[in-house]
Amino acid sequence: MNIEQRRKERLDRGIKVRTDGLYAIMSWRELSYLTLPRLVLILGMLALPLIMPSMYWQRVISIVCIYALLALSFDFLAHFVGLVSLGGGLFIGVGGYLAAIMNTHFGMLPLLTIPIATVVGAGICTLFLLPCLPLRGVYFAIVSLMYPLALARVIVALDILGGTDGIMGIESFGNRWVEQYFVILMVLLFLFGARRLVNLDIGLVFRAVKDNDQAVRASGMSITFYKAVAVFIASAMGCMGGACLVHIYMWSGISLLALDFSILPIAATVIGGAGTLVGPVLGCLILVPISELLRAFGTLRIVFYSLILVAFIVFRSEGIMVYGQRKYHQFERWVKI
Amino acid sequence: MDILIYGIINSIALALMALGFALVYGISRVPNFAHGALYVITGFITWSLLRTLGFNYLISIVLALIVIGVVSALIYQFVLIRVRGMAISEIIASYAIGLAILEGLRWGGFKGTTYTLPVFIEGSVNIGDVPVDLHRILVVGIGVSVVILLWLFTHYTRIGLALRGMAQDERAALMLGIDSDIMALVAMASGGMLAGLAGIVLLPLGNIVVEKGYDVLIQAIAVCIVGGLGSWMGAVLAAFLIGFAQILTTVYLGSHFQMVVALLAIILTLILRPSGIFGKQKELEERV
Amino acid sequence: MSNQPILQVQDVTKAFGGVIAVNRVSLDVNEGEIVGIIGPNGSGKTTLINCVTGFIKMTSGRVLFRGKDISGKPAHKIADMGITRTFQIMRPYYSLPCYKNLVIPLFSPRAKRTGGWRGGGKLGDRDTVGIDILEEIGFERDSFVPYKIASTLPTGYLKRLELARCLALKPEIIICDEIFSGLSMSEIASMVPLIERLQMDGITLIMIEHRLRELFRVSNRVMVLNFGEKVIEGTPEEIMANEKVKEVYFGSEEVEEVMSHA
Repeated sequence: MNIEQRRKERLDRGIKVRTDGLYAIMSWRELSYLTLPRLVLILGMLALPLIMPSMYWQRVISIVCIYALLALSFDFLAHFVGLVSLGGGLFIGVGGYLAAIMNTHFGMLPLLTIPIATVVGAGICTLFLLPCLPLRGVYFAIVSLMYPLALARVIVALDILGGTDGIMGIESFGNRWVEQYFVILMVLLFLFGARRLVNLDIGLVFRAVKDNDQAVRASGMSITFYKAVAVFIASAMGCMGGACLVHIYMWSGISLLALDFSILPIAATVIGGAGTLVGPVLGCLILVPISELLRAFGTLRIVFYSLILVAFIVFRSEGIMVYGQRKYHQFERWVKI
Repeated sequence: MDILIYGIINSIALALMALGFALVYGISRVPNFAHGALYVITGFITWSLLRTLGFNYLISIVLALIVIGVVSALIYQFVLIRVRGMAISEIIASYAIGLAILEGLRWGGFKGTTYTLPVFIEGSVNIGDVPVDLHRILVVGIGVSVVILLWLFTHYTRIGLALRGMAQDERAALMLGIDSDIMALVAMASGGMLAGLAGIVLLPLGNIVVEKGYDVLIQAIAVCIVGGLGSWMGAVLAAFLIGFAQILTTVYLGSHFQMVVALLAIILTLILRPSGIFGKQKELEERV
Repeated sequence: MSNQPILQVQDVTKAFGGVIAVNRVSLDVNEGEIVGIIGPNGSGKTTLINCVTGFIKMTSGRVLFRGKDISGKPAHKIADMGITRTFQIMRPYYSLPCYKNLVIPLFSPRAKRTGGWRGGGKLGDRDTVGIDILEEIGFERDSFVPYKIASTLPTGYLKRLELARCLALKPEIIICDEIFSGLSMSEIASMVPLIERLQMDGITLIMIEHRLRELFRVSNRVMVLNFGEKVIEGTPEEIMANEKVKEVYFGSEEVEEVMSHA
């Protein structure tokens, strides 16, 4: 019996191989193969505020960027360091409240509050999460989940930081265009920065902590220290998002610690393609506008993301960017066995 | 005196809340972040059967427990089993399901005080000179019975012993012919039913509110971490520690601080003794 | 060179619940020696090493490094002092190319401090230094072996990669956990000169092994463990001649039969 069997084979495209390393500058074609996707992303994001029809939608773009910062931090922590952060609200809340206090009580301008809130907030968040860093992954997930929930209750119970009403009267950016382009630039900065970081030597150490922490310890490096550095970087991204958010909304309250900030970045990462760092940003571009459209339905939108998330995980979908990258870099063909 | 009585009641309540989570984690190493959701939704199901369909209270309870057991099993079978072993995905998946259930209920309107379950027994009695609801005494009785029954079940029945075997060493259990998938399914269903039972017993003391779902999740996790993830007796002991701590802070500082106590308990445990009181994870990293 | 042993293991005991895996084992290792640790499976060799290197907390006992008490210190601090180890179950970073595997140890504080092997810690271009180290260990640069992803290489290379990871830290002591296991005869034949060269470079080696013939060729002294206890210690010749050792491995009845075939 002659059964002809075939299997699918995936090979790198010729142009991909030609663009590895220095040969990328051989010709315009190779150069554009590499730079075109990145250019499309950068120019596209920069153009977004210009093409949005109304102020409402321009604000949505800013919100997209803030969620994108959170999603970036989630993807970085989960897929490059091995820590699943279930409570993005912690970063947003700490950054937001810090900026709010600095602005209303000390009269500092957004120009100052945002950088300070980013750095100090990152320090505070790292301190909060420090006890669970020497331990296995599930503890980090539990603790990161709990902090926003518990802190929200503490704020309400002690009626500090504005209690349920929150802190009002926060200055805004002033200029509408500054408001939008600032966050877009921050997202692009952190996105390309993170992509560079994971290939640097220290990025390799992070990835090693995820894959093989015993070997890292055997090389004389403290895992707790490197995890703390990674958490600092990730929480800096989130705190910056929070600080920008309070200046956009001119208000800060316990909704900063809400579940939206916990679940949407995760959903965006899974849909957009985990591990690519671009995927989460893309996922936010898709999910946040949908979330705005669904705002009329109240908390149903959280049900919506959660179910999509579960569906993606259960069906082991790769995510948009992973699929896209694969198609771009490789081609498939059937091969006889 | 009243501290002692309320302390005991609170502790047993916490133990009831935590047992379901401890069971599922102890056996299948899956942290069931949907635990709080199952607690609340069982209350809702009982309420629907009772008020909307007019069933007898006891029948509503039994039916609700069966339903929640089936639901938990389905959650395991269709979602968790596919991500078993991938720690990141397990955590995200159970979290997402819990969130979907709770927020779905919130959208369905479980915000106000309109939804309550009736207490099992009306009236109160005086212990010493402290008035105590009869329902609360019943809670203590049910809690103690559940703990005893669980102990007997896992020590004297075949399925119980198989569950304990899996909790100790999954590979060894597999080699002895214990099907780990089915055992994990049983564990999940039982854990869900325990969560539901806790809900049915404790929700009559207040309203069926979605926020309770998150509170229960945090408290159950706190109890399990303090007692040691994977140790059921540790969970019971930890429930008493945290329960009394909560009552003491309520007496001296006000009742808003219960969550803070839970959070502090977790942080303190992780700093001082990460494996918890009776934790079996002596090396919290993998074996070398 | 001082007369004090570089590593002193004193009465180390490790109990897992009721099971005593290591029972009051003592050993002195002199600088520049190669010491072998042998014994049947389950005799506690790897557990002893885990205790010495800080991966497991020992129940009682002390470990002294150059006279300083290092008992109970965490694993990364002990590695930082210069006591490195390989793993019995290999742990390379599988998804990275081989030379990138070495970037991580070259990034460590110790490599930065001591300059690393071949100056890799200070010079900063860890990629190049990584390739140099690999070439020295036997990865043929011309065939681009160092550039291959670690998961694609056979065991012989991966064992050397584990050694290379230790070397990158410019170690004083390397503890090899069954480094000859899983290798073919030719692979072992090329490993032995490497081990001898490391000794000539001044590194002290402790080798846990099952391949007795190769171990006896390189080691200066050997310790035998059985059921967690030290049975005897001495030179390879003394160990080979000792009756108790044969009993440990073969059981007393088999000794006669085996001796007639040796």
